Parts: sequence; structure tokens; C-alpha cells
Amino acid sequence: MATQHSRSAARLMMAPAVMLLLGWMLVPLIMTLYFSFKKYLPMRGGDLGWVGFENYARFVTSSAFWPSVYTTLVIVGGVLLITVVLGVFLAVLLNQPMWGQGVVRILVIAPFFVMPTVSALVWKNMFMDPNYGLLAHLWEFFGAQPVEWLSKASMTSIITIVSWQWLPFATLILLTAIQSLDSEQLEAAEMDGASAPKRFAYITLPHLGRAITVVILIQTIFLLSIFAEIFVTTGGAFGTKTLSYLIFQRVLESQNVGLGSAGGVYAIILANIVAIFLMRIVGKNLDA
Amino acid sequence: MGRITLDKVTKSFGDVNVIPPLDLTINDGEFVVFVGPSGCGKSTLLRLIAGLEDVSSGQIRIDGEDATNLPPAKRKLAMVFQSYALYPHMSVRKNIAFPMKMAGVPEDEQKRRIEGAAKALNLTDYLDRRPGQLSGGQRQRVAIGRAIVREPSAFLFDEPLSNLDAALRVNMRLEISELHNQLKTTMIYVTHDQVEAMTMADKIVVLRAGHIEQVGSPLELYREPRNKFVAGFIGSPKMNFIEGPVAAQQGAHTIGIRPEHITASASDGMWSGIVGVAEHLGSDTFLHIHETGLAETMTVRVNGEFNLRHGDKVFLTPEMDKLHKFDAKGLRI
Repeated sequence: MATQHSRSAARLMMAPAVMLLLGWMLVPLIMTLYFSFKKYLPMRGGDLGWVGFENYARFVTSSAFWPSVYTTLVIVGGVLLITVVLGVFLAVLLNQPMWGQGVVRILVIAPFFVMPTVSALVWKNMFMDPNYGLLAHLWEFFGAQPVEWLSKASMTSIITIVSWQWLPFATLILLTAIQSLDSEQLEAAEMDGASAPKRFAYITLPHLGRAITVVILIQTIFLLSIFAEIFVTTGGAFGTKTLSYLIFQRVLESQNVGLGSAGGVYAIILANIVAIFLMRIVGKNLDA
Repeated sequence: MGRITLDKVTKSFGDVNVIPPLDLTINDGEFVVFVGPSGCGKSTLLRLIAGLEDVSSGQIRIDGEDATNLPPAKRKLAMVFQSYALYPHMSVRKNIAFPMKMAGVPEDEQKRRIEGAAKALNLTDYLDRRPGQLSGGQRQRVAIGRAIVREPSAFLFDEPLSNLDAALRVNMRLEISELHNQLKTTMIYVTHDQVEAMTMADKIVVLRAGHIEQVGSPLELYREPRNKFVAGFIGSPKMNFIEGPVAAQQGAHTIGIRPEHITASASDGMWSGIVGVAEHLGSDTFLHIHETGLAETMTVRVNGEFNLRHGDKVFLTPEMDKLHKFDAKGLRI
């Protein structure tokens, strides 16, 4: 297997894939870094030369910067909390033997197949519209004043929409994990005198530890860059401007590629800080 | 105390009747082994006693009290599972402490009992390891330790040795027997291995398809099996069964003779045959003999040094007083 010949042949055959991946990653990264040091205004004169760290300074000192970091973290944190807690709950429920299990499981997974843009539109128009949305009707049915969800409770709304999309993912991963729990362990705990809530706390939850870690890590990667849900619903207004949305505005609405690129580099740094924290908190669960 | 009585207990899963009405009494301090081929309902019976399955009808009494509808935790029974069912995320110490923690035993008492169990089971050096870092035999001992510290009125073992290699199995068999002698607590042990049953039990319960075929001490079952099934199941190698005219001569439908109760000789004897495979165990040799005109193959135990080869002619003589006779229904005459 590992002769000199086979090893060099393996390297040769892996090379195209490695080159492609490397290019895929490096080209945008280098271009982002390149533009972040330039004053580049496509519609207003194009490339206006090197400016050093001016873009970086301007991006951080902008009044929109810190609120956008805060918003990003609140959305990521809120969605993680809701999807993990509800995901564990749903996984435990779906693991119970019941009639029509297969159909129910497919239904639970369904929201994950809906494109983010579509689901945000459905929520915006069918549920949260203060005039003809379902929630408005519900409020009116109880004689209450319909809530203008997207303007008065914008963060709650967006967290709800994104959680709805990601809950199936969490549930699915946690369900497969819960199915691998040895039923004899639960029976042993039952014989040992543990009540159902204690069996959950001492046996099931620790067993799910690794799956929860995976859910948190993967979701964080995707949630840090959510865009469609905000673009479609609030358009970044009412305090829902995340870091990625701010970058979008700088590049496309203000037509300032240099400033946006500097923001992109900050986003990379933020993602890495979050990743380091996450790995320290939950990463140890991944060790065997 | 640990006297367990089953009174007309039945169990069905849907339409499938796994345990027909069954009566059994297990006395305090007894080591009872449930033995039978796989699928005979022995594990189900144990789970009914443990309370992990509900009985369909009938009554289970523990120490005279009706326990039929008691949850498992209230029955004061401890169980050792086939897979050991240790909690993988807890250290050995926490595993053993778990039942006491659930029962609210005070910390220092917990500590005392853990130390005691660890000492008795040679686990003192491993208390802070996780189950994943232990060998099969050590895991087995942790599972037993977890059962001991509860000080239950009876222990239930569900094929506890089936995941161990042969040498370890012999060791653990001795250790469990030794433990029973120390604790003098009732133990119910499920196995499909008749050797385990014979070597460990005070009382063997032979099960087939949920029915109790026979209850008795190992030697009772060996000497006087009640029917052909028990005769064939208990004893190794299996008893030889002979039907036809030879059996009719003895006034039976079938006669049975154990391999160890036949003498083989190269020169003369009652029956003759051709030597097939010879299994040499050192102390003994098991000869498989063909073309006897009695049964397809006869198994005979001879001395380890017995010198006959494949294809040689051999003469067999049974010990007539060790002959088992069965009628057409397979019952002992």
C-alpha cells in the first residue's frame, strides 16, 4: 500500500482536487485582501489607488459596526438555543414508537427543503403580515391588536424564521444520535431507580453531547452568514443588520468595494473568534 | 431475603404467546439458572421478574408481597445485562455510585460501599477510568459492582458471560459462584450454555418455548432427565438416542445413552461401527462412530490415549444400568 511508488501516484492523483480547492479558497481571499487596501468605487471613478488601512479604520468606526456584530451574535445565539432545545425535545418525541412514524419524520424534515428566500417570504406574507397574515387573524380572534412583527419585533421574527428552517436539521442529527442509544442502558438506569426525567438527564442527554456539538458547530458556520432571510423581510432595517448584511450594503448599495472588503476581513476574524470559543466550550465533546 | 414466586404468569407480544401459564418458586439464597435454546423465553422470563416487561396475566410475588405491578426500581432487584449497560460517560466510581445516588444514600455511606465492592471485585485501581478504557472482564465486574452496592434481595443475570472469551468465561463463572457463596443472596442467571448451568446452579430450570421442561439440581437433571429434550440438552457431548428394534428390546420407543457410559473396544462388544472423526482433548477423546445400524452417528467418550484411527472398526458396549428409556412422546419411562 504505502510503497514509494504508490505514494507519489496518490499525490499526483490528488493534486487536481487540492489545486482546485486551494484556488477556490485562496483567490477570493486574496482578492478581498487586495481590495480592502484600495479605494475602489466602481461607479464613481473605479480604482482610485492604495489607501493603506483607511478602509479598516472607517469600517470599525462606523456607527453601524458594533450594532451589526451584536445583532449577528444575538441571531446566532438565539437560533442555536431554540434549535438545540426544541431539537432534543422533538428527537425524544420522534424516537417513541408511534403510528405513522415514517410520515411524521418526513414532515418534520420538510422545512429544511424550502429555500431560505421562499421560507422568509412565506413567513413575511402569510404569517407575519399585520393585515392579512395568519398571526394577525389569530390575534384578532382573541380580540387583540395584531402585532407588526417585522417592525416592532424584528429580531424575534427573524430568529423565529431562521429557527424554523434549522430545527429540522438539528432534529434529524439528534434523532439519529438518540437511536444509537443502547436501550439496555436506559433499562439499567430504570432498575437503578432513576425516574424518567433523571434517565433523560443522566443517560440520554450525555449520550447526545457529541451530536449537540456537531449541530452547534455546523449551524454556527451557516448562521454567521445568513442573508436571504434579512434581505427579504426587513432589508436590514429595525435593528436586524448583521455583519454580512452591512458588508452587502457597503459593497452594493454604497458601491464601495474597498470598504466592504475590509468588512469582509473583519467578518473572517469574527468567525474565527466565535470558532475558537466554540471549540473551547464544546470541542472537547468531539474527542473520543 | 429474596424469595420469588411466579404464579400462573403469562406473557404475549400481540398474538404471539411467549410464556404460557408458568409457576415457579425461587427460594431465598438459591442460585437458579434458566437454561434453554435461544428463543425459549428465558430472557423474557427474567425481564418479567425484573419488571422491565409487564406480565399479561398472573402474579409475581417477591418475599410474599405482590410485585406484579411494581416498577422495576421498587422491586429491590439488581440486574446485570448482557451488554453490561455501563454508562459510558461516567467513571467506574460514578457508575457504581449511580444506583445509590438515585436512592439518596448518604455520601460517606456511598463511599464505603464503593470501596467495599471495588475491593471485592479487584477494581480499586480502575475506579477513575471510563468503561471504554476497560477490558471485557473488568466491565463485567463493574456491572456486578453496580448491582452489589444496592444490596438487593436478588440478583438477575442476563447471559452475562456471552461477550467474554472462553478463558475469561471460566474465570468469571468461578468468581460469580464465589460471590454467591459470600453474599448468600438469591441469584437468577439466564444462559443458553448448559455448562454454565451445570457448574453454577443450585437449581436448573430448563425451558423450551416458554414451558418449564424440568426443574432440579444439576445432577438430578443429569441422572434423571424427565424427557428426551432435557436429556439431550443437559450433558456434553449430547446423549445418543437410539430408536427401532434395539429400543423395542428394552421396552421403549427410544433409548438414550450418554457418550461417557459406553465402552469402546477394538476387539469385542455389543454393537459395532466404523470410527469417523476423533476429537482429542488430551484427557478424553470423543469418537464419532458411523455405520452402527443404531443411529446416524454415535458419540463415545474414551480415554485420551485410546488409539484407533479414522476408518477402523470398533466395538461398543453400553452400561446397561445407565440406559435412559423414553416412550413415543419422549417422556421418561
